[in-house]
Amino acid sequence: MKILVCLSNVPDTTSKITFTDNNTKFNTAGVQFIINPYDELALTRALEITEKQGGTVTTITVGLPETEPSIRKGLAIGATDAVRVNAEATDAYFVAEQIAAYAKAEGFDLILTGREGIDYNSGQVAGLLGEMLGLPSVNVITSIEIENGIATMERDIDGGKEKVSCKLPLVASAQKELTEPRIPNMRGIMAARTKPLKVVEATGSEKTSATVAFDLPPAKGGVKLIAPEDAASLIGILHNDIKII
Amino acid sequence: MNVLIFAEQIDGIFKKSTFEAISYGNDIAKKTGGQAIAAVLGKVDNAHLAELATYGADKIIHVNNDKLSAFVPESYAKVVAEIANNENASVLVISNTYTGKSIAGRVAAKLKAGIASGVISAPDTASGFKVRRGVFSGKAFADVNISSAIKVLAITPNTFDIKQDAKSADIAEMSADLSDADFITNIVEVSRVTGKIPLTEAEVVVSGGRGLKGPENWHLIEDLANALGAATACSKPVSDMHWRPHSEHVGQTGITIKPNLYIAVGISGAIQHLAGVSSSKVIVAINKDPEAPFFKAADYGIVGDAFEVMPKIIEAAKALNS
Repeated sequence: MKILVCLSNVPDTTSKITFTDNNTKFNTAGVQFIINPYDELALTRALEITEKQGGTVTTITVGLPETEPSIRKGLAIGATDAVRVNAEATDAYFVAEQIAAYAKAEGFDLILTGREGIDYNSGQVAGLLGEMLGLPSVNVITSIEIENGIATMERDIDGGKEKVSCKLPLVASAQKELTEPRIPNMRGIMAARTKPLKVVEATGSEKTSATVAFDLPPAKGGVKLIAPEDAASLIGILHNDIKII
Repeated sequence: MNVLIFAEQIDGIFKKSTFEAISYGNDIAKKTGGQAIAAVLGKVDNAHLAELATYGADKIIHVNNDKLSAFVPESYAKVVAEIANNENASVLVISNTYTGKSIAGRVAAKLKAGIASGVISAPDTASGFKVRRGVFSGKAFADVNISSAIKVLAITPNTFDIKQDAKSADIAEMSADLSDADFITNIVEVSRVTGKIPLTEAEVVVSGGRGLKGPENWHLIEDLANALGAATACSKPVSDMHWRPHSEHVGQTGITIKPNLYIAVGISGAIQHLAGVSSSKVIVAINKDPEAPFFKAADYGIVGDAFEVMPKIIEAAKALNS
Protein backbone atom coordinates (compact mmCIF):
# COMPACT_ATOMS: atom_id res chain seq x y z
CA MET A 1 0.00 0.00 0.00
CA LYS A 2 1.48 3.30 -1.12
CA ILE A 3 -0.32 6.32 0.32
CA LEU A 4 0.13 10.02 -0.35
CA VAL A 5 -1.20 12.51 2.20
CA CYS A 6 -1.50 16.20 1.33
CA LEU A 7 -0.43 18.35 4.27
CA SER A 8 -1.15 22.03 4.48
CA ASN A 9 0.48 24.45 6.93
CA VAL A 10 -2.17 26.71 8.51
CA PRO A 11 -2.54 29.21 11.35
CA ASP A 12 -3.56 27.68 14.67
CA THR A 13 -7.32 27.83 15.28
CA THR A 14 -6.90 30.39 18.10
CA SER A 15 -5.11 32.86 15.80
CA LYS A 16 -6.36 36.38 15.53
CA ILE A 17 -6.66 37.10 11.84
CA THR A 18 -5.21 40.40 10.64
CA PHE A 19 -3.68 41.61 7.38
CA THR A 20 -0.77 43.79 6.30
CA ASP A 21 0.39 45.58 3.15
CA ASN A 22 -2.84 47.46 2.66
CA ASN A 23 -4.93 44.33 3.37
CA THR A 24 -3.27 42.22 0.71
CA LYS A 25 -1.24 39.86 2.91
CA PHE A 26 -2.06 37.69 5.90
CA ASN A 27 -0.20 38.99 8.95
CA THR A 28 1.86 36.05 10.23
CA ALA A 29 3.38 38.04 13.14
CA GLY A 30 2.86 36.15 16.38
CA VAL A 31 0.86 33.41 14.61
CA GLN A 32 1.56 29.79 15.44
CA PHE A 33 1.36 27.46 12.45
CA ILE A 34 0.12 23.89 12.60
CA ILE A 35 -0.69 20.98 10.30
CA ASN A 36 -4.21 21.59 9.01
CA PRO A 37 -6.37 19.55 11.46
CA TYR A 38 -8.23 17.65 8.73
CA ASP A 39 -4.92 16.78 7.01
CA GLU A 40 -3.65 15.48 10.34
CA LEU A 41 -6.63 13.12 10.51
CA ALA A 42 -5.87 11.97 6.96
CA LEU A 43 -2.25 11.30 7.93
CA THR A 44 -3.19 9.40 11.07
CA ARG A 45 -5.68 7.22 9.21
CA ALA A 46 -3.07 6.53 6.50
CA LEU A 47 -0.64 5.37 9.20
CA GLU A 48 -3.28 3.12 10.77
CA ILE A 49 -3.84 1.50 7.37
CA THR A 50 -0.16 0.92 6.59
CA GLU A 51 0.57 -0.32 10.12
CA LYS A 52 -2.04 -3.03 9.57
CA GLN A 53 -1.38 -3.85 5.92
CA GLY A 54 2.19 -2.68 5.35
CA GLY A 55 3.26 0.09 3.02
CA THR A 56 4.49 3.65 3.03
CA VAL A 57 2.99 7.05 3.76
CA THR A 58 4.45 10.01 1.89
CA THR A 59 3.34 13.55 2.70
CA ILE A 60 3.30 16.37 0.17
CA THR A 61 3.08 20.06 0.95
CA VAL A 62 2.95 22.98 -1.44
CA GLY A 63 4.72 25.73 0.48
CA LEU A 64 7.81 27.82 1.04
CA PRO A 65 10.61 26.77 3.46
CA GLU A 66 8.70 28.15 6.49
CA THR A 67 6.26 25.24 6.18
CA GLU A 68 8.99 22.72 7.10
CA PRO A 69 8.27 22.58 10.87
CA SER A 70 4.78 21.27 10.07
CA ILE A 71 6.24 18.83 7.52
CA ARG A 72 8.73 17.58 10.16
CA LYS A 73 5.85 17.16 12.57
CA GLY A 74 4.13 14.96 10.00
CA LEU A 75 7.28 12.84 9.84
CA ALA A 76 7.39 12.74 13.66
CA ILE A 77 3.80 11.48 13.74
CA GLY A 78 4.98 8.65 11.52
CA ALA A 79 5.09 9.49 7.80
CA THR A 80 7.80 7.57 5.90
CA ASP A 81 9.04 10.51 3.88
CA ALA A 82 7.96 13.98 2.75
CA VAL A 83 7.92 16.13 -0.35
CA ARG A 84 7.74 19.91 -0.40
CA VAL A 85 6.85 21.72 -3.61
CA ASN A 86 8.73 24.96 -3.28
CA ALA A 87 5.99 27.49 -4.06
CA GLU A 88 3.39 29.54 -2.26
CA ALA A 89 0.00 27.79 -2.11
CA THR A 90 -1.95 30.55 -3.79
CA ASP A 91 -5.13 28.74 -4.77
CA ALA A 92 -6.65 25.26 -4.84
CA TYR A 93 -6.20 24.83 -8.60
CA PHE A 94 -2.49 25.60 -8.42
CA VAL A 95 -1.97 23.35 -5.38
CA ALA A 96 -3.81 20.45 -7.02
CA GLU A 97 -1.76 20.87 -10.23
CA GLN A 98 1.49 20.68 -8.28
CA ILE A 99 0.42 17.60 -6.36
CA ALA A 100 -0.89 15.95 -9.54
CA ALA A 101 2.42 16.65 -11.31
CA TYR A 102 4.32 14.86 -8.54
CA ALA A 103 1.83 12.02 -8.01
CA LYS A 104 1.41 11.15 -11.70
CA ALA A 105 4.55 9.03 -11.97
CA GLU A 106 4.51 7.64 -8.43
CA GLY A 107 1.62 5.18 -8.63
CA PHE A 108 0.00 5.85 -5.27
CA ASP A 109 -2.79 3.48 -4.28
CA LEU A 110 -4.53 6.09 -2.17
CA ILE A 111 -4.28 9.87 -1.96
CA LEU A 112 -5.78 11.54 1.09
CA THR A 113 -6.38 15.24 1.69
CA GLY A 114 -8.18 17.08 4.46
CA ARG A 115 -11.76 18.16 3.89
CA GLU A 116 -10.54 21.75 3.54
CA GLY A 117 -7.80 23.99 4.84
CA ILE A 118 -8.97 25.92 7.86
CA ASP A 119 -7.26 28.98 6.35
CA TYR A 120 -8.68 29.36 2.84
CA ASN A 121 -11.57 26.89 3.21
CA SER A 122 -11.66 25.98 -0.45
CA GLY A 123 -12.31 22.26 -0.03
CA GLN A 124 -11.55 21.72 -3.72
CA VAL A 125 -8.16 20.02 -3.84
CA ALA A 126 -9.52 16.45 -3.67
CA GLY A 127 -11.90 16.95 -6.60
CA LEU A 128 -9.39 18.87 -8.70
CA LEU A 129 -6.72 16.28 -8.01
CA GLY A 130 -9.05 13.39 -8.80
CA GLU A 131 -9.93 14.86 -12.16
CA MET A 132 -6.33 15.82 -12.99
CA LEU A 133 -5.15 12.27 -12.26
CA GLY A 134 -8.21 10.59 -13.78
CA LEU A 135 -9.12 9.03 -10.43
CA PRO A 136 -12.38 8.95 -8.51
CA SER A 137 -12.66 11.41 -5.62
CA VAL A 138 -14.69 10.77 -2.51
CA ASN A 139 -15.23 13.83 -0.34
CA VAL A 140 -15.68 14.18 3.43
CA ILE A 141 -15.12 10.58 4.45
CA THR A 142 -15.73 9.67 8.08
CA SER A 143 -14.39 6.11 7.73
CA ILE A 144 -12.28 4.08 5.33
CA GLU A 145 -11.44 0.39 5.31
CA ILE A 146 -9.40 -1.27 2.60
CA GLU A 147 -9.64 -4.91 1.61
CA ASN A 148 -8.46 -6.67 -1.56
CA GLY A 149 -7.85 -3.38 -3.35
CA ILE A 150 -11.33 -2.03 -2.59
CA ALA A 151 -11.92 0.91 -0.26
CA THR A 152 -15.20 1.03 1.63
CA MET A 153 -15.97 4.47 3.00
CA GLU A 154 -18.67 6.40 4.75
CA ARG A 155 -19.10 10.02 3.83
CA ASP A 156 -21.23 12.97 4.88
CA ILE A 157 -23.87 14.09 2.41
CA ASP A 158 -26.39 16.91 2.67
CA GLY A 159 -28.74 15.81 5.40
CA GLY A 160 -27.27 12.37 6.01
CA LYS A 161 -24.61 9.80 5.31
CA GLU A 162 -23.63 7.61 2.40
CA LYS A 163 -21.67 4.40 2.17
CA VAL A 164 -19.55 4.02 -0.94
CA SER A 165 -17.09 1.48 -2.22
CA CYS A 166 -14.44 2.14 -4.79
CA LYS A 167 -11.51 0.26 -6.21
CA LEU A 168 -8.07 1.72 -5.67
CA PRO A 169 -6.44 4.00 -6.67
CA LEU A 170 -8.55 6.91 -5.54
CA VAL A 171 -8.52 10.32 -3.88
CA ALA A 172 -10.50 10.94 -0.68
CA SER A 173 -10.84 13.89 1.68
CA ALA A 174 -10.91 13.48 5.46
CA GLN A 175 -13.79 14.71 7.58
CA LYS A 176 -13.77 14.94 11.35
CA GLU A 177 -14.57 11.55 12.91
CA LEU A 178 -12.22 9.71 10.51
CA THR A 179 -9.91 8.99 13.43
CA GLU A 180 -8.28 10.70 16.43
CA PRO A 181 -5.06 12.64 15.88
CA ARG A 182 -1.82 11.29 17.37
CA ILE A 183 0.68 13.19 19.45
CA PRO A 184 4.21 12.43 18.23
CA ASN A 185 6.39 10.67 20.79
CA MET A 186 10.06 11.41 21.49
CA ARG A 187 11.25 8.53 19.30
CA GLY A 188 9.15 9.85 16.43
CA ILE A 189 10.50 13.37 16.89
CA MET A 190 14.10 12.09 16.88
CA ALA A 191 13.49 9.90 13.83
CA ALA A 192 11.83 12.76 11.95
CA ARG A 193 15.11 14.70 11.88
CA THR A 194 16.73 12.21 9.57
CA LYS A 195 13.75 11.10 7.49
CA PRO A 196 13.90 12.19 3.83
CA LEU A 197 12.31 15.56 2.97
CA LYS A 198 12.61 16.12 -0.76
CA VAL A 199 12.19 19.60 -2.18
CA VAL A 200 10.94 19.89 -5.75
CA GLU A 201 10.32 23.02 -7.79
CA ALA A 202 6.84 23.99 -8.95
CA THR A 203 5.78 23.24 -12.50
CA GLY A 204 5.33 26.42 -14.47
CA SER A 205 1.61 26.50 -14.97
CA GLU A 206 -0.39 29.66 -15.37
CA LYS A 207 -2.41 30.71 -12.34
CA THR A 208 -6.17 30.81 -12.81
CA SER A 209 -6.96 33.08 -9.88
CA ALA A 210 -5.35 35.53 -7.47
CA THR A 211 -6.42 36.95 -4.14
CA VAL A 212 -6.24 40.71 -4.54
CA ALA A 213 -7.42 41.88 -1.11
CA PHE A 214 -8.63 40.75 2.29
CA ASP A 215 -11.23 42.27 4.54
CA LEU A 216 -12.56 41.70 8.05
CA PRO A 217 -16.24 41.42 8.95
CA PRO A 218 -17.78 44.64 10.28
CA ALA A 219 -17.83 44.90 14.06
CA LYS A 220 -21.14 44.17 15.75
CA GLY A 221 -23.06 47.17 17.04
CA GLY A 222 -23.13 45.89 20.62
CA VAL A 223 -25.39 43.46 22.37
CA LYS A 224 -28.88 44.39 23.56
CA LEU A 225 -29.48 42.66 26.85
CA ILE A 226 -32.82 41.20 27.86
CA ALA A 227 -33.41 40.56 31.58
CA PRO A 228 -33.73 36.82 32.32
CA GLU A 229 -37.17 37.32 33.88
CA ASP A 230 -38.33 38.87 30.58
CA ALA A 231 -36.78 36.04 28.53
CA ALA A 232 -40.11 35.34 26.82
CA SER A 233 -39.98 38.82 25.25
CA LEU A 234 -37.11 37.62 23.05
CA ILE A 235 -39.62 35.82 20.82
CA GLY A 236 -41.69 39.02 20.49
CA ILE A 237 -38.62 41.02 19.50
CA LEU A 238 -37.55 38.46 16.91
CA HIS A 239 -41.07 38.12 15.51
CA ASN A 240 -42.50 41.64 15.65
CA ASP A 241 -39.55 44.03 15.76
CA ILE A 242 -36.95 42.50 13.48
CA LYS A 243 -39.31 40.00 11.79
CA ILE A 244 -36.76 37.24 11.56
CA ILE A 245 -39.06 34.43 12.76
CA MET B 1 -21.89 35.69 -20.90
CA ASN B 2 -23.75 32.44 -20.72
CA VAL B 3 -24.09 31.14 -17.19
CA LEU B 4 -24.60 27.45 -16.46
CA ILE B 5 -26.21 26.67 -13.12
CA PHE B 6 -25.97 23.18 -11.66
CA ALA B 7 -29.52 22.64 -10.38
CA GLU B 8 -29.05 20.25 -7.49
CA GLN B 9 -31.98 18.00 -6.64
CA ILE B 10 -32.71 15.24 -4.17
CA ASP B 11 -35.29 12.62 -5.22
CA GLY B 12 -36.68 14.92 -7.90
CA ILE B 13 -37.09 17.93 -5.63
CA PHE B 14 -34.95 21.03 -5.96
CA LYS B 15 -33.33 22.43 -2.88
CA LYS B 16 -33.75 26.00 -1.67
CA SER B 17 -30.06 26.53 -2.42
CA THR B 18 -30.75 25.54 -6.04
CA PHE B 19 -33.20 28.42 -6.46
CA GLU B 20 -30.67 30.75 -4.83
CA ALA B 21 -28.13 29.58 -7.42
CA ILE B 22 -30.60 30.12 -10.29
CA SER B 23 -31.32 33.68 -9.12
CA TYR B 24 -27.62 34.34 -8.66
CA GLY B 25 -26.76 32.98 -12.11
CA ASN B 26 -29.65 34.83 -13.74
CA ASP B 27 -28.35 38.12 -12.34
CA ILE B 28 -24.93 37.52 -13.90
CA ALA B 29 -26.44 36.48 -17.23
CA LYS B 30 -28.67 39.57 -17.35
CA LYS B 31 -25.86 41.92 -16.39
CA THR B 32 -23.52 40.54 -19.02
CA GLY B 33 -26.06 39.94 -21.78
CA GLY B 34 -26.12 36.14 -21.76
CA GLN B 35 -28.43 33.29 -20.95
CA ALA B 36 -29.04 31.55 -17.63
CA ILE B 37 -29.01 27.82 -18.36
CA ALA B 38 -29.92 25.26 -15.75
CA ALA B 39 -28.41 21.77 -15.83
CA VAL B 40 -30.55 19.12 -14.15
CA LEU B 41 -29.07 15.66 -13.73
CA GLY B 42 -31.26 12.75 -12.73
CA LYS B 43 -35.00 12.23 -12.88
CA VAL B 44 -37.16 15.31 -12.24
CA ASP B 45 -40.71 15.71 -13.55
CA ASN B 46 -41.74 18.60 -15.83
CA ALA B 47 -43.72 20.42 -13.17
CA HIS B 48 -40.66 20.62 -10.97
CA LEU B 49 -38.36 21.45 -13.88
CA ALA B 50 -40.61 24.38 -14.72
CA GLU B 51 -39.99 25.85 -11.27
CA LEU B 52 -36.50 26.81 -12.43
CA ALA B 53 -38.00 29.10 -15.09
CA THR B 54 -39.91 31.06 -12.46
CA TYR B 55 -36.59 32.13 -10.94
CA GLY B 56 -35.04 33.16 -14.21
CA ALA B 57 -33.72 30.11 -16.09
CA ASP B 58 -33.79 30.84 -19.84
CA LYS B 59 -33.17 27.22 -20.73
CA ILE B 60 -33.38 23.98 -18.79
CA ILE B 61 -31.27 21.02 -19.82
CA HIS B 62 -32.47 17.78 -18.32
CA VAL B 63 -30.29 14.70 -18.42
CA ASN B 64 -32.56 11.89 -17.36
CA ASN B 65 -30.23 8.94 -17.44
CA ASP B 66 -30.95 6.12 -14.99
CA LYS B 67 -27.27 5.88 -14.20
CA LEU B 68 -27.41 9.39 -12.73
CA SER B 69 -29.90 8.42 -10.04
CA ALA B 70 -26.93 7.81 -7.74
CA PHE B 71 -24.62 10.74 -7.20
CA VAL B 72 -21.20 9.71 -8.49
CA PRO B 73 -18.97 12.80 -8.70
CA GLU B 74 -16.90 11.66 -11.70
CA SER B 75 -19.99 11.06 -13.83
CA TYR B 76 -21.81 14.21 -12.72
CA ALA B 77 -18.74 16.36 -13.37
CA LYS B 78 -18.35 14.86 -16.83
CA VAL B 79 -21.94 15.66 -17.81
CA VAL B 80 -21.89 19.18 -16.34
CA ALA B 81 -18.63 19.99 -18.14
CA GLU B 82 -20.06 18.62 -21.40
CA ILE B 83 -23.15 20.86 -21.07
CA ALA B 84 -20.92 23.85 -20.27
CA ASN B 85 -19.01 23.24 -23.50
CA ASN B 86 -22.17 22.71 -25.57
CA GLU B 87 -23.72 25.91 -24.25
CA ASN B 88 -20.59 28.07 -24.43
CA ALA B 89 -20.92 28.85 -20.75
CA SER B 90 -18.24 31.10 -19.37
CA VAL B 91 -19.51 31.06 -15.79
CA LEU B 92 -20.63 27.97 -13.86
CA VAL B 93 -22.63 28.40 -10.68
CA ILE B 94 -22.71 25.53 -8.19
CA SER B 95 -24.05 25.61 -4.62
CA ASN B 96 -21.30 25.00 -2.10
CA THR B 97 -23.17 22.08 -0.53
CA TYR B 98 -21.56 18.66 0.05
CA THR B 99 -22.85 17.61 -3.37
CA GLY B 100 -21.76 20.84 -5.05
CA LYS B 101 -18.32 20.70 -3.44
CA SER B 102 -17.84 17.15 -4.70
CA ILE B 103 -18.14 18.18 -8.34
CA ALA B 104 -17.01 21.83 -8.46
CA GLY B 105 -13.29 20.99 -8.45
CA ARG B 106 -13.67 18.17 -10.95
CA VAL B 107 -15.66 20.39 -13.33
CA ALA B 108 -13.07 23.16 -12.95
CA ALA B 109 -10.22 20.78 -13.78
CA LYS B 110 -12.07 19.46 -16.85
CA LEU B 111 -12.68 22.97 -18.16
CA LYS B 112 -9.28 24.34 -17.05
CA ALA B 113 -11.34 26.91 -15.18
CA GLY B 114 -10.36 28.99 -12.21
CA ILE B 115 -12.49 28.25 -9.21
CA ALA B 116 -13.66 30.22 -6.21
CA SER B 117 -15.64 28.48 -3.49
CA GLY B 118 -17.57 29.85 -0.55
CA VAL B 119 -18.51 32.83 -2.73
CA ILE B 120 -20.62 35.48 -0.97
CA SER B 121 -20.85 38.25 -3.58
CA ALA B 122 -21.99 38.76 -7.13
CA PRO B 123 -19.00 39.02 -9.48
CA ASP B 124 -17.57 42.49 -10.04
CA THR B 125 -16.94 42.57 -13.78
CA ALA B 126 -15.89 46.23 -13.98
CA SER B 127 -12.28 45.22 -14.57
CA GLY B 128 -11.69 41.51 -14.65
CA PHE B 129 -13.88 39.09 -12.74
CA LYS B 130 -13.75 39.53 -8.99
CA VAL B 131 -15.75 37.74 -6.28
CA ARG B 132 -15.68 37.87 -2.51
CA ARG B 133 -15.38 34.63 -0.57
CA GLY B 134 -15.25 33.66 3.09
CA VAL B 135 -11.83 32.64 4.42
CA PHE B 136 -10.37 31.68 7.80
CA SER B 137 -13.67 29.93 8.56
CA GLY B 138 -15.65 33.14 8.62
CA LYS B 139 -13.06 35.27 10.39
CA ALA B 140 -12.29 37.19 7.18
CA PHE B 141 -13.11 37.68 3.51
CA ALA B 142 -10.91 37.49 0.43
CA ASP B 143 -11.49 39.21 -2.89
CA VAL B 144 -10.41 36.85 -5.65
CA ASN B 145 -9.86 37.72 -9.26
CA ILE B 146 -10.41 34.81 -11.63
CA SER B 147 -8.42 35.16 -14.84
CA SER B 148 -9.25 31.98 -16.78
CA ALA B 149 -11.70 32.05 -19.70
CA ILE B 150 -14.20 29.89 -17.82
CA LYS B 151 -14.97 30.51 -14.15
CA VAL B 152 -16.47 28.14 -11.61
CA LEU B 153 -18.23 29.73 -8.63
CA ALA B 154 -19.29 27.60 -5.69
CA ILE B 155 -21.66 29.91 -3.85
CA THR B 156 -22.46 29.78 -0.14
CA PRO B 157 -26.03 28.65 0.62
CA ASN B 158 -28.28 31.06 2.57
CA THR B 159 -26.43 34.04 1.17
CA PHE B 160 -28.33 35.14 -1.92
CA ASP B 161 -32.00 36.01 -2.29
CA ILE B 162 -34.37 33.90 -4.33
CA LYS B 163 -35.96 36.28 -6.85
CA GLN B 164 -39.01 35.70 -9.01
CA ASP B 165 -38.25 36.29 -12.69
CA ALA B 166 -40.66 34.17 -14.70
CA LYS B 167 -39.48 33.18 -18.16
CA SER B 168 -40.83 30.77 -20.74
CA ALA B 169 -37.88 28.45 -20.71
CA ASP B 170 -37.52 25.48 -23.02
CA ILE B 171 -36.90 22.14 -21.42
CA ALA B 172 -34.33 20.29 -23.50
CA GLU B 173 -33.87 16.60 -22.82
CA MET B 174 -30.30 15.49 -23.32
CA SER B 175 -28.81 12.04 -23.33
CA ALA B 176 -25.38 11.75 -21.85
CA ASP B 177 -22.74 9.45 -23.19
CA LEU B 178 -21.71 7.57 -20.06
CA SER B 179 -19.75 4.37 -19.74
CA ASP B 180 -18.73 2.13 -16.85
CA ALA B 181 -15.48 4.08 -16.62
CA ASP B 182 -17.52 7.06 -15.37
CA PHE B 183 -18.84 5.06 -12.45
CA ILE B 184 -15.82 3.73 -10.61
CA THR B 185 -17.33 4.80 -7.32
CA ASN B 186 -20.17 2.59 -6.24
CA ILE B 187 -22.84 4.07 -3.96
CA VAL B 188 -23.70 1.24 -1.60
CA GLU B 189 -26.19 2.91 0.69
CA VAL B 190 -27.70 6.35 1.24
CA SER B 191 -29.25 7.22 4.58
CA ARG B 192 -30.80 10.63 4.76
CA VAL B 193 -32.64 11.92 7.76
CA THR B 194 -36.02 12.93 6.44
CA GLY B 195 -38.20 15.64 7.89
CA LYS B 196 -35.20 17.36 9.42
CA ILE B 197 -33.71 20.57 8.06
CA PRO B 198 -30.05 20.22 7.08
CA LEU B 199 -27.95 22.51 9.24
CA THR B 200 -26.29 24.33 6.35
CA GLU B 201 -29.64 25.23 4.81
CA ALA B 202 -31.53 26.17 7.95
CA GLU B 203 -32.69 29.77 8.30
CA VAL B 204 -32.87 29.43 12.06
CA VAL B 205 -30.44 27.40 14.16
CA VAL B 206 -30.67 26.66 17.88
CA SER B 207 -27.37 25.53 19.32
CA GLY B 208 -26.30 24.16 22.69
CA GLY B 209 -23.04 24.07 24.59
CA ARG B 210 -21.55 22.63 27.73
CA GLY B 211 -23.80 24.92 29.78
CA LEU B 212 -26.61 22.41 29.20
CA LYS B 213 -24.72 19.97 31.44
CA GLY B 214 -25.59 16.79 29.57
CA PRO B 215 -27.35 15.22 26.56
CA GLU B 216 -30.41 14.50 28.70
CA ASN B 217 -31.16 18.22 28.72
CA TRP B 218 -31.20 18.59 24.94
CA HIS B 219 -34.98 18.79 24.90
CA LEU B 220 -34.45 22.47 25.74
CA ILE B 221 -32.67 22.92 22.40
CA GLU B 222 -34.94 20.58 20.44
CA ASP B 223 -38.20 22.01 21.77
CA LEU B 224 -37.22 25.54 20.80
CA ALA B 225 -35.92 24.33 17.42
CA ASN B 226 -39.19 22.49 16.74
CA ALA B 227 -41.26 25.51 17.69
CA LEU B 228 -39.22 27.74 15.37
CA GLY B 229 -38.78 25.24 12.52
CA ALA B 230 -35.07 25.43 13.20
CA ALA B 231 -32.15 23.04 12.89
CA THR B 232 -30.12 22.07 15.95
CA ALA B 233 -26.38 22.50 16.37
CA CYS B 234 -23.77 22.26 19.09
CA SER B 235 -20.32 23.44 20.17
CA LYS B 236 -17.11 21.42 19.77
CA PRO B 237 -16.87 20.18 23.39
CA VAL B 238 -20.42 18.85 23.12
CA SER B 239 -19.63 16.79 20.01
CA ASP B 240 -16.23 15.75 21.45
CA MET B 241 -18.03 14.37 24.52
CA HIS B 242 -20.47 12.58 22.16
CA TRP B 243 -23.48 14.33 23.66
CA ARG B 244 -24.42 15.16 20.08
CA PRO B 245 -23.31 13.82 16.66
CA HIS B 246 -20.28 15.51 15.09
CA SER B 247 -22.44 16.54 12.14
CA GLU B 248 -24.02 19.14 14.46
CA HIS B 249 -20.70 20.72 15.43
CA VAL B 250 -20.46 24.26 14.16
CA GLY B 251 -17.23 26.21 14.37
CA GLN B 252 -13.83 26.44 12.76
CA THR B 253 -13.19 22.69 12.67
CA GLY B 254 -16.87 21.84 12.21
CA ILE B 255 -19.42 23.34 9.89
CA THR B 256 -19.59 27.01 9.01
CA ILE B 257 -23.15 28.25 8.86
CA LYS B 258 -24.88 31.52 8.15
CA PRO B 259 -28.51 31.31 9.12
CA ASN B 260 -30.75 34.35 9.53
CA LEU B 261 -30.94 33.64 13.24
CA TYR B 262 -28.51 31.77 15.46
CA ILE B 263 -29.48 31.15 19.08
CA ALA B 264 -26.57 29.96 21.25
CA VAL B 265 -27.50 28.44 24.57
CA GLY B 266 -24.81 27.76 27.17
CA ILE B 267 -21.97 28.33 24.69
CA SER B 268 -19.22 30.63 25.91
CA GLY B 269 -18.20 31.77 22.43
CA ALA B 270 -14.58 30.69 21.94
CA ILE B 271 -12.94 32.25 18.89
CA GLN B 272 -13.11 28.91 17.03
CA HIS B 273 -16.85 28.64 17.60
CA LEU B 274 -17.53 32.25 16.62
CA ALA B 275 -15.62 31.70 13.39
CA GLY B 276 -18.25 29.21 12.27
CA VAL B 277 -21.30 31.31 13.09
CA SER B 278 -20.30 34.97 12.96
CA SER B 279 -21.84 35.46 9.51
CA SER B 280 -25.31 34.74 10.90
CA LYS B 281 -27.56 37.75 10.37
CA VAL B 282 -28.81 37.90 13.96
CA ILE B 283 -27.16 36.19 16.93
CA VAL B 284 -28.78 35.60 20.31
CA ALA B 285 -26.56 34.44 23.18
CA ILE B 286 -27.93 32.91 26.37
CA ASN B 287 -25.35 32.31 29.05
CA LYS B 288 -25.21 32.64 32.80
CA ASP B 289 -21.70 34.10 32.69
CA PRO B 290 -21.94 37.84 31.91
CA GLU B 291 -18.27 37.74 30.83
CA ALA B 292 -18.89 35.06 28.16
CA PRO B 293 -17.20 36.24 24.92
CA PHE B 294 -20.37 35.41 22.98
CA PHE B 295 -22.01 38.59 24.31
CA LYS B 296 -19.46 40.61 22.32
CA ALA B 297 -20.50 38.88 19.10
CA ALA B 298 -24.24 38.75 19.76
CA ASP B 299 -27.05 41.13 18.81
CA TYR B 300 -29.26 40.07 21.71
CA GLY B 301 -28.18 38.55 24.97
CA ILE B 302 -29.75 37.07 28.06
CA VAL B 303 -27.51 36.69 31.09
CA GLY B 304 -29.24 33.87 32.87
CA ASP B 305 -29.45 30.18 33.65
CA ALA B 306 -30.54 28.23 30.57
CA PHE B 307 -32.67 25.95 32.73
CA GLU B 308 -34.74 28.91 33.93
CA VAL B 309 -34.71 31.00 30.77
CA MET B 310 -35.31 28.38 28.07
CA PRO B 311 -38.74 27.12 29.24
CA LYS B 312 -40.03 30.70 29.05
CA ILE B 313 -38.67 31.18 25.55
CA ILE B 314 -40.00 27.80 24.39
CA GLU B 315 -43.44 28.62 25.72
CA ALA B 316 -43.46 31.98 23.92
CA ALA B 317 -42.27 30.36 20.70
CA LYS B 318 -44.99 27.71 20.90
CA ALA B 319 -47.60 30.43 21.52
CA LEU B 320 -46.44 32.13 18.32
CA ASN B 321 -47.48 29.11 16.27
CA SER B 322 -50.81 28.47 17.95
